[in-house]
Order: sequence, then C-alpha cells, then structure tokens
Amino acid sequence: MATSPGGLKRFYAVFVVVALVGLGALGYLIAKPATVSIPVNVTIQPSDTAGFHGYVKGSPEAPVEITEFADYQCPFCQTFATLQMPTIESRLIQTGRLRWRYRDFPLQQHPFSRLAAHSAACADEQGKFWEQHQRIYEGQGEWSGVRDATGTFRNYAKAIGLDVPRYDACMSSGKYAGRIQASQEEGARLGVASTPTLMVGGRLYQGRFDSDAIVHLVDSLAPRATK
Amino acid sequence: MSFRMGAALLSLVGLFVSAYLYLYKIGRIGTLACGTGACETVQASVWSRIGGIEVALIGVLGYATLLIVSLASLQPALSARRWPVIILVGLSAIGVCFTGYLTYLELFVIRAICRWCVGSAAIIVSILAVALLALRSPARREA
Repeated sequence: MATSPGGLKRFYAVFVVVALVGLGALGYLIAKPATVSIPVNVTIQPSDTAGFHGYVKGSPEAPVEITEFADYQCPFCQTFATLQMPTIESRLIQTGRLRWRYRDFPLQQHPFSRLAAHSAACADEQGKFWEQHQRIYEGQGEWSGVRDATGTFRNYAKAIGLDVPRYDACMSSGKYAGRIQASQEEGARLGVASTPTLMVGGRLYQGRFDSDAIVHLVDSLAPRATK
Repeated sequence: MSFRMGAALLSLVGLFVSAYLYLYKIGRIGTLACGTGACETVQASVWSRIGGIEVALIGVLGYATLLIVSLASLQPALSARRWPVIILVGLSAIGVCFTGYLTYLELFVIRAICRWCVGSAAIIVSILAVALLALRSPARREA
C-alpha cells in the first residue's frame, strides 16, 4: 500500500505513543519500591522470640557450642560461610564435636541483610533454613549490588524446592522482622560490633576466622578422646 | 500502514519486551509479571546466558538493530529500495532461528515456559512475516 507523507506522519504518531507507553511502563517498574521490605527497629513482641534462640545444627550432645552472629550481605561472612563452614561442618559438626548456632546480626549499611535474613526465616518454616542460608551466601555477588533482591531470593527458594506461594505469603507478611531485630539487639547487648562474630562460652571472637582456628579452638575446649 | 511500518512497530514492542527481561536479570526490577508461567525458572537457568552474555541483552541488541533498519527503510531516500527489506528479512530470519533454539531449550532442557519469551518469539516471527510481505510488494508501492 502506498505511504503518503500524511501516512508517514500517522505512523510516527502511533510510534511515539507506543514508545511513550513502553518507556513509561519500564520507568514505573524501575522506580516502584522494592516488592518486599523488612522494617528496621520494629517493636519486638514476646511472640517474636518465644522458644527461638537461633538456627541450630549439630548434635544436642556436642561438647562445644559456637554461636555465630552474621550478616548475609557482609563479605567476610560470605567467605566464612562458603569457604570455611564446609570444613567445619565435616570435621566438627557432623562428627558430633560441635553444635553451631546462627544468629542474625544485620548491619545498618547493608540494605538487603534483613530481607535475606527474612528469606532464610521463611525457608525455615518449611524446614529448609540451611539450604536457603547457603544459597543466599553463595549468591551474594549476584544480589548485593542490585536494586531489589526480592526476586533473586525467591529464585533461590524455588530452586531449593520450597512451596513458593507459601514462601511469598511469608515474605509479604514480614512476620519475622521482630525476630531479626531481637537477634540483632541481643548481639549488641552481648558486645557484638562487627560481623562475623563468634561467641564461645560467653566469650566473643571477632574478625576473620579459618576452619583450622575453629578446629584448634574446639580441640582446646574438648580434647578428642584418645584410644 | 505499510509492511515496513509494521516491522518497525513490532521491533519497538520486541525491544520493550527484551528490555523488561534484561532489567529483571540485572536486578533493576524485583519480580517478573508472569502469572502461572515459569519466567523466573527460565531466567535463573544457566541457559539465560550464552557465551557469557545475557540472552535478554542479545534480544535488546537484536530488536534495536531491527528497529533502526526498519525505520531507515521508511526514509524517503530508501523507501523505494529493496535492500533495506532484504536486510530486515535476513536479520529477522536469524532472530527466528535463535528463538527456535531458545524455545527448544525451554521445552526440552529447562522444561519451563516463560510467557514473555513466547511473546518475543511471536514478535520475531511476525517481523519475519511482514518483512517477507514487504519484499514481495513492489518497492514503489512500499515507498
């Protein structure tokens, strides 16, 4: 069909309208607030902490317990979780010599720490805290610099086999914000100032750790039985 | 509206679809509006990158190129020429082949379907169709 100058004008008018609608839609999606936001400094209710003292793995009979205060967006915590913990797990936790307790200590400067902690808490509802915990730490490089990490954490939840609608409902509710806040405040009361911080028998160890140091520490506290 | 104009409008819509997927992939958009589809499964798969490049970015670049060529083909100096349409046919044919490969991956490797990818597939096939129709039309009538 022929294209007159008038036809070309009409085409450009339609083109501009489509372009403006598309740009407007993308602009709206970029500018709208994060899908899920976990509030800071919420008032802690007794139900937030009832019976909850961190996420634990290892035998209840283990002679040594270490409590880790950590932040999902802290690079040192990420290194510790991905490089050192596998050795600690195989040498100490799985052998019944050590029980590990993980406590959230979200730092103010990290925008996704609470969201990550909440994501792991929602995975805990479905019995998969440690799987989600590990995925979040392993993927830190891919979500820490984004504008909204909600979708990335949701992908991890899906990948580890969580019931996603149930996970979504949990995330939207923000129901664990008080628990995360309580954990952070408890750490601050104990003297935690940076992450990761380990607490062994009431004593705090701050800084970088490697698995050998933890093995030596456990050996010193509970020497291996000699045959 | 001529076939060349149709190709330009379709390329623009395709550009927005792939830009949406790319913005999601780089974390600028939190979640994909996917209804019952499995967009996030597809986007989170190892196949969402090919040769270290995001597939969605390849889509953005591809549709941008198609848009530029189709808009150029409408300009008075080129509107009577066939070669811009031949380029459009060639580029959109490459796009259809690439989309066919991605659809195969979705169906048989990832086993999840992203409705935005299906939408993009429909758009690139439509661009090829209108480009072929433009090629069959006499150039003077397209001008």
